[in-house]
Amino acid sequence: MIYWELFSTFFIIGMFTIGGGYAMLSLIQNQVVTNHQWIDLQGFTDIIAVSQMTPGPIGINSATYIGYTVIKNLGYSNFWCFMGSLTATFAVVLPSFLIVLWICKLYSKFKNNYTFHTLLSALKPAVVGLIGAAAILLITPENFIDWKSWLLFGLAFIVSMWGKVNPILVILFGGIAGYLLY
Amino acid sequence: MNPYIELFFSFAKIGAFTIGGGYAIIPLIKKEVVEKKGWLNEDEFLDVLAISQSAPGLISVNISIFIGYRFKGTKGSIIATLGSVLPSFIMILLIAIFFTNFKDNHTVNAIFKGIRPVVVALIAVPMINMAINSKLNIYTGFIALISIILISFLKVSPIYVLLIVAVCAVFYAKYKENKEIKK
Repeated sequence: MIYWELFSTFFIIGMFTIGGGYAMLSLIQNQVVTNHQWIDLQGFTDIIAVSQMTPGPIGINSATYIGYTVIKNLGYSNFWCFMGSLTATFAVVLPSFLIVLWICKLYSKFKNNYTFHTLLSALKPAVVGLIGAAAILLITPENFIDWKSWLLFGLAFIVSMWGKVNPILVILFGGIAGYLLY
Repeated sequence: MNPYIELFFSFAKIGAFTIGGGYAIIPLIKKEVVEKKGWLNEDEFLDVLAISQSAPGLISVNISIFIGYRFKGTKGSIIATLGSVLPSFIMILLIAIFFTNFKDNHTVNAIFKGIRPVVVALIAVPMINMAINSKLNIYTGFIALISIILISFLKVSPIYVLLIVAVCAVFYAKYKENKEIKK
């Protein structure tokens, strides 16, 4: 059953997301693109672009969007696509919900626990690695079709790293450049 | 005003007006819940932040779960979570409906050809900033590097990478603790 698969996939993604939305990207990529092949890498890149331009957490945005597209690609009507969105979004939030409520009740115990602190300080660099891997895995011939793509990548990197330009403006600029160049 | 409605709208407002998610949201949440509503004081907010960053899931959602719980129990946490999720859910749904009908349009395709490489840069930048902010040393830098290699070149699932790191960290902590006790 596709809805059960959507639910269990996004539940796992939610459960293993440490360090917020960007870290979630590499999990989504692994589960949704590599394992289930519900969308291709190009489609996944587009979803990230849409998620970055719209308000709200990137993880919720991508769960909602992927839930919709997966069902749509199977040829179902809009109502069933909506149910797909709902399933994926609910599933991605549920593990946080259970775990945060549990931690809330036991926070005083965790607060000064040495094992807990070691665990967090070891997971932090792993999360940096996860995000780095998400970026590297998106460098594919489909996303980088010619030298113009690399030029756009370089410019976007420079303006957002050192210019601190708003990501939405960077994406808009990429879109306009794409319209003019291709 | 009914406290549940207040909770819902506070978090809906935060969800609807923050773009970029995660860390961009934190100052806004602080302004709303600490300065405007007075649900928490500064210290309590730091605790909430620490938990939300260390618990699995999205940071802003975790904050809403926690604050909702502190304010009005489990029911409050459900309402606050709904508030923070619903605006993006509705907006993305509309975009998805629109976008799936325009997928094969030539102009839309050209625009996305320009956007795709830009998106990769926009993921690389927060990763580098995160690496700088977390002050990686030889050991932690090694963990980051190994994670990148395992996931992107050896195609290991990020889930296994996180599990291996977590298990090693717990064993290391237990070993250190035992050593301290023996001393």
